[in-house]
Formats: sequence, C-alpha cells, structure tokens
Amino acid sequence: MADKVLMKGNEAIAEAAIKAGCRHYFGYPITPQTEVAAYMAKRMPKIGGTFLQAESEIAAINMVYGVASAGLRAMTSSSSPGISLKGEGISYLAGADLPALVVNVQRGGPGLGGIQPSQSDYFQATRGGGHGDYHLIVLAPSSVQEMAELTVKGFELADKYRMTAMILADGTMGQMMEPVDLNFDIKPAPEKPWATTGTKMQRKHNVVNSLSLIPEELEKLNIARFERYDLVKKNETMYEEYMMDDAEIAIAAFGIAARVSKNAVKEARKRGIKAGLIRPITLWPFPDAPFKKAAEHVKEFISVELSMGQMIEDVRLASECKVKVSLCNRVGGMIPSPEQVLDAIVKASK
Amino acid sequence: MGEKRVTLILGHYGSGKTNIAVNLALALKKTHEKVAIADLDIVNPYFRTKDSLSVIEEAGIRLISSEYANTNLDIPALPQDMYAVTDDKSMTCVLDIGGDDRGALVLGRLRPGLVEEDNYEMLLVINKYRPLTQDAPSCLEVMAEIEAAANMRFTGIINNSNLGAETTAETVLDSLYYAREIARLTGLPIVMTTVKKELVKELEGKAENLFPLTLQKNFIESKI
Repeated sequence: MADKVLMKGNEAIAEAAIKAGCRHYFGYPITPQTEVAAYMAKRMPKIGGTFLQAESEIAAINMVYGVASAGLRAMTSSSSPGISLKGEGISYLAGADLPALVVNVQRGGPGLGGIQPSQSDYFQATRGGGHGDYHLIVLAPSSVQEMAELTVKGFELADKYRMTAMILADGTMGQMMEPVDLNFDIKPAPEKPWATTGTKMQRKHNVVNSLSLIPEELEKLNIARFERYDLVKKNETMYEEYMMDDAEIAIAAFGIAARVSKNAVKEARKRGIKAGLIRPITLWPFPDAPFKKAAEHVKEFISVELSMGQMIEDVRLASECKVKVSLCNRVGGMIPSPEQVLDAIVKASK
Repeated sequence: MGEKRVTLILGHYGSGKTNIAVNLALALKKTHEKVAIADLDIVNPYFRTKDSLSVIEEAGIRLISSEYANTNLDIPALPQDMYAVTDDKSMTCVLDIGGDDRGALVLGRLRPGLVEEDNYEMLLVINKYRPLTQDAPSCLEVMAEIEAAANMRFTGIINNSNLGAETTAETVLDSLYYAREIARLTGLPIVMTTVKKELVKELEGKAENLFPLTLQKNFIESKI
C-alpha cells in the first residue's frame, strides 16, 4: 500500500518502460497519449536516456528501428492517426525481426476523428496496418496497473521472439488515474548476438535488413517467421475469465469495454442471469481456447466494443460459429454504459 | 482561506488542482457574495472546470471558461472574459491553472494586474503519491519551474496527497512529514490539507487546516 503511487495510464506506461530498461524513446505529441512523451521528456535526461521529439511519427518509428537494430530497448507511442503514419516503419520492424514496443492510445476515427476513446484500431493492430505478412504481439490493458505491467511484458516478449509488441490502449486507459504498484520484478534483457553493436574486428558483420531480393530466400524467411509466431500463439496467449464456469451468456471484451462489462455481468448475476466475461489480454495471439470451450455451454456471445464490430470476427472464428455472436457497441468516442451491456445480456437471455 | 481576493491554484500535472478549485469556490460562495472560478488550463483538453458546470451554476458562481473547453477541440484557448479576474475587483476569484510550468505560462497575461493590486494568494498543490513530486527535492524542482514560468512566487501550500479511491487516513498521515518538509524548505505555510469528506473526523487535529473535498467529477465515473 505504502509503495503505491497515483498515476495516469500514460505515465504508468512511460515509467514502466524506464523500469524495463528502455532508455530510448521517440515520439510526437497527439492527444490522448501526450503524457507518455511529456513524462519521458522529464525523466529520460535525468537517467542518462534519450527523449527525442521527432519531426514526425514516421521519423520516430524509424529512430526506434535504429535503436532496436543496435540491440537496445526502444519505444514510441502515439494515438490512432499517428499509428497509421508509423505503419510503414512497423512493417519494416517486422521484416527485420526487430524487438520494439509501440504504444497506441486509441481515439475515435477514421481520419483525424476525435480525441475521445475508441477501440477501432483493433483490425489495424491485429491484422497488420503495415504491408506484408506479419503480426505484432498486441497487449490490451484494462487498468493503470496493467498499463505498467503489460509494458514490461511487451518488452520481454519482443526480445524473446524478436517481434515488435504493441500496447493497444484507449483514451480512457491513458487518461484515467489509479493507484499503481511499480515494484515488479524486471528480468534483464537477453543477449542479442544479432545486433549491430560493432564487430571490433572480432566477428562478421551483423546485418539488420528487411530487403531480400531472392524470392526463394524471402519465402524461407516468411515461413521461419511464422513458425516463430506459432510459438508465440502456443506460449504467450493471455486472457481473464470472469464467472465463466456456468455462464449461459458470455461477454467478450477487452480494455475499457471489459471494465464496463464486468459491472454488467455482476448486475446480471444479481438478477439471476448466468452471465460471464472472457477478457482477451493478448489480442494477437487471440485466445481461441476459452471461446472454443465456452461455445460448448453458452447460448450466445456478446462482443462489447468501442468500434463498429472488429474483435467480433475473432470471437466468431474462435467459437467456430457454433453459437450466436452479437455486438454491443458505441463508437466515435462514446463508451457503452453498464446499463447498455446489461440490456444486451437480458435480451440474449430471453 | 479567502482572505485575499484572488486565489491561484497551481501545481504538478494531475495533482488535483481542478477539483480543489471547484471545492474552494463552493466554500468561498458561502461567505462571499460574488464568486468566480476561472479555468485557465491550456495544457489538457480533459478534466476541465466546465465538467462541474451544473454544480457551479447552481451555487451562483460565475464560470470564466473558454468557449472551447469540453468541446474536444484540442487547442490551448483562453476565456474571452479572463480579464474580468483583474478588472472586476468586487469579485472573489479562484483561478484554476494548467499543470506544471507549461500551464503557468498563462499567468503572463494576468500577472501585471494581479501584482499591481497585490491581493492574491498563489497556492502550490502537492501530492506525495505522484511519482514526479514524491519527495521534497523533486517537488521543489517542479515548484521552481512553475514560479519561473509564472514569474510569480508561491504564498502557500495545499497538501492534497492522495491515492485516488484507495486513500485512507493512513495515506494522509503518511504525507504530513513530506508536506511539512516542503513547508520548512520553502518557508511557505500549509494553508490546506485536503481530504475527502469521510476522512475529516478521523484526521481532525492531526493535520494542518483540514479542508473537506467532494470529488466533483471523475472522467471515468462520468463515462462508465
């Protein structure tokens, strides 16, 4: 208790990144994630790190590429429109198999959209966003504590699998203040023998590159990369189940939508409706198993989202369309209320 | 409190300034006829004084606020009637200033009038549980940055040390040494120890100038 501090989600991400050994942050301001950059601007110079406000989002992601190539933990953060600008750089990171952390504190879109929270970059985060066959490890926090913990986890997983990880948060998660305990164990970053740290005339040059002009070789690289992705799917899928054991109606929700939905599930239970919640924590890899299992005993899934319905596709795939999957949503910066979710549960139970 | 005509509330980003400003304006209205609260935040488009519009209006307090506040237009706009703060000397004013030195820059416009009249208090809101002001040296650093940007000196301290919803009497008691240390180092008085209403009884006589707070508007609670 005494060790807790009061932080905004955005600040928690920044401080957790520093704790995880990140000493290179490159950003560009955009609401609602600007506190990440502001916090880094204050802290990095004091600990011998680098904070750099780049000339654009595109510059920032390419600076991340540079630092990641040298084997150090690097990160950038932005909000939806800024992440689109970073798309090319993210694809290059994937093509060069570079570990890095990208934070998206989503706002309403498309286009410039608005500054209120949204989850409408789910497709962009889990299906690419940049070009080519690749995945990011996508982590979806639903509290300020998780903003911190998943930031550390993101760096660890990125290093372990040589992948870029993304924190997919939203404006509420970034702006809300909660007590947070930052005294968690940090494992030291692994050795990176592939990094471009200088040969000192003792070894061959390491090459970090996403260009591969021989199709036979590029095919092999892609296949090897997806074998690594299979390991991530097998080992790193994370989710939370809430009151799912006897559930007849199952909510699927992540981030802020999961918090709202948990309240609705509690209220539904008070009314004798057997509702439960599956909260994916990794959005890629998507936790198929709990949905497949639940499809055996629930009569309906309700995907609660701050989008026009994006994760709902993964819920359908994971549950193999065995039962009905419906959508309960608000968009454009609006958040579903517990009452709206409860209404959807009541409707499904009839 | 309220012995001076104008009370300026400044401090670190997220230290609780807006909530304190609204509570203070409501308290001042009980003893003063004409009370105004001015939202001069040019830092954050969220968590604005205007969130409490209904409470403020109901109490008969004048809200001086940019017409763009709470419109989601993310620009650092100032209220068109902000000079009423220095022009109308019959009005008791609480100024809610944006966080850190960036927020304090806004005082460049009001400083000449405030200094000339010399009837203001400038209060520093501190919270031991905010990581960037968690000890006296870091708090003094933020304070110096704000004073430099405002080109004005603080006259008092508000100890608003809290852990949000998890705040207990213990949380407040554990912050007293911190607040007193800052008071000692700066020579400034602790003019308020702000605590949520439920804790006042438990803390009576234990902390300087207890001031009960009602959480006016919580962004999250208002959305969920």
